[in-house]
Amino acid sequence: MLEIRNLHARIGETEILKGVDLVIPDGQVHAVMGPNGAGKSTLAYVLAGREGYEVTAGEALFNGQDILAMDPEDRAAAGIFLAFQYPVELPGVGNANFLRTALNAIRKKRGEEELDAVAFLKLARAAAKQLAIKEDFLKRNVNVGFSGGEKKRNEMLQMALLRPGLAILDETDSGLDIDALRIVAEGVNALRDGKFSALVITHYQRLLDHIVPDVVHVLANGRIVRSGPAALARELEASGYAGLEAA
Amino acid sequence: MSTTTETAIQELADRKYKYGFTTDIPMEAFPRGLSADIVRLISAKKGEPDWLLAWRLKAYEAWLRMEEPHWARIQHPPIDYQSLYYYAAPAKPAPKSLDEVDPELLKTYEKLGIPLNERAALAGVAVDAVFDSVSVATTFRETLAKAGVIFCPISEAVREHPELVRAYLGSVVPAGDNYFAALNSAVFSDGSFVFVPKGVRCPMELSTYFRINARNTGQFEHTLIIAEEGASVSYLEGCTAPMRDENQLHAAVVELVALDEAKIKYSTVQNWYPGDAEGRGGIYNFVTKRGACRGRNSKISWTQVETGSAITWKYPSCILQGEGSVGEFYSVAVTNHHQQADTGTKMIHIGRNTTSTIVSKGISAGRSNNTYRGLVKILPGAAGARNFTQCDSLLIGNECGAHTVPYIESRNASAKVEHEATTSKIAEDQLFYCRSRGLSEEDAVGLIVNGFCREVLKELPMEFAVEAQKLLAVSLEGSVG
Repeated sequence: MLEIRNLHARIGETEILKGVDLVIPDGQVHAVMGPNGAGKSTLAYVLAGREGYEVTAGEALFNGQDILAMDPEDRAAAGIFLAFQYPVELPGVGNANFLRTALNAIRKKRGEEELDAVAFLKLARAAAKQLAIKEDFLKRNVNVGFSGGEKKRNEMLQMALLRPGLAILDETDSGLDIDALRIVAEGVNALRDGKFSALVITHYQRLLDHIVPDVVHVLANGRIVRSGPAALARELEASGYAGLEAA
Repeated sequence: MSTTTETAIQELADRKYKYGFTTDIPMEAFPRGLSADIVRLISAKKGEPDWLLAWRLKAYEAWLRMEEPHWARIQHPPIDYQSLYYYAAPAKPAPKSLDEVDPELLKTYEKLGIPLNERAALAGVAVDAVFDSVSVATTFRETLAKAGVIFCPISEAVREHPELVRAYLGSVVPAGDNYFAALNSAVFSDGSFVFVPKGVRCPMELSTYFRINARNTGQFEHTLIIAEEGASVSYLEGCTAPMRDENQLHAAVVELVALDEAKIKYSTVQNWYPGDAEGRGGIYNFVTKRGACRGRNSKISWTQVETGSAITWKYPSCILQGEGSVGEFYSVAVTNHHQQADTGTKMIHIGRNTTSTIVSKGISAGRSNNTYRGLVKILPGAAGARNFTQCDSLLIGNECGAHTVPYIESRNASAKVEHEATTSKIAEDQLFYCRSRGLSEEDAVGLIVNGFCREVLKELPMEFAVEAQKLLAVSLEGSVG
């Protein structure tokens, strides 16, 4: 369970999050929508532990652990996964090598046995197949020369292998065509097992047609200003965010 | 980056160089300093023929007239050549077989991960172990002899195969080539000799492991590798030294000769003691390496992974004389703390349709300076010559420097020369991306750096590529910032 209480964060002197309260119980998918500049990506980065964001007040607990005090790699081991809005390129680093290094780093931290190359490849191939990803994906360098859609698929492949307890999707749907969108949705839906939860940050309703959220929140001006059922997303699509700040 | 990162860096930076131990065995050394008498003494000690003594003395005379070069982007206090020992060797007479090697020496090499016992040795790799001034053991000599390959200390080659040594010694790097080569030619005491006869593919990887142990001693080895028509050989050298507060000089010469259709692959994993985090101590690595592609379609390939030494000054080069000959230079040079590296290559195109490839990866961290300096020279007769050069620099932190100094001289209009250069930093978003996937910061740097060097590392023999990858990670430990 993710519990965010009164979270304030700033970049430099600018306060971006101004008291976010958000609870995602196990097994639920919550969507966060909102206008540009509302603080959606900041929320994602603060939860994943990116440097440059200063938390000035509040707390964030995942399964009772204070994640804000942890290094990013320890948050990953605790089960938090951030699917990047702009996945980063790592020239010369093979995708399979990267995935295996990551998976083994996490397994090691969790006290699990590390996987050898053979066992890993078997796992990776199965995951790739499920996401309709070609096998040569594993041989290419991490995100280098990938199209926008391929990069997002690669994020989903990583998520499938690392099997997080909480996935944060930071506008993973931006720039995707309908097929890629489906793959992202399938990636998330495949993990929904009653325990896995997700925080889906998006601008648009259309992703939520495929990943049906339990709750939709509206983030505006650094705070959650409205929460409601999945239908809220459609309502917003029709009426826009205007006037929500005051709500 | 954050202060926690910097603290982690500092902690790791303080880690010890793991090869820094010393070996305590009785040593014999000549008096300090250099003179014609010392040169004579070295030659006499080795029981050398007159022609070699004359060659040494000529080199010494040339050295006296030369000045230490200062064109490289390196800085060091003046070297007092008269305070050095030019010869130091284990006091016991040279062993005739592996069984006679001093157990202390065997232990030393064991500790370095180079077992000299053939049963324990790395399968498929023959090793010549050079300790200070002399070779102390060479493994798998019989196996090699069966194939017709000669692999022995050069001092032994002078005795056993004088005609070969005389024909090739100094034919690629003349005794008076440069200041350090002249010094080496005057006082060299050992090194490896490899001769692969016509049509023979050397059945094993050959490797020399250099170890400097004695204090205030310079190491001056001279290595000579000859591949006759159609022969091929892959050779690897590794080097380490104890941690000492004073700087020590290593001035080697390596000469390679490739005849028609011959191939020589020469790989170096250089891990001399780099000095401490404040820049105290460390090896001055002033080395002249050159290969002559004399024959048609011959090929010489240099691969180097340079992580050690306080100062590295070396430019492994190829003289592409034979028509269609090929020169390659693949280099990774890592500098951390106060290390300085000025390294690169020279590709001299003489023959028609000669080609050369240069791939240089410089990684600078701490307060170090890393310079690529290269020359591509196309002579008028080198019609159809081609060169491709790629120089990439990676900076870690804000206090280091990377410099690229390519010289191109083309005197044939049909030649094609390409040069690409990039400089990048490990981006904060790359590190965060890796860490968000569970990698520690150190592992993330290791992964990114190894990715950066991949084109070079894949050129190394399999057995050593993994070792080199680990070495890169260790050299850069604590450098993120």
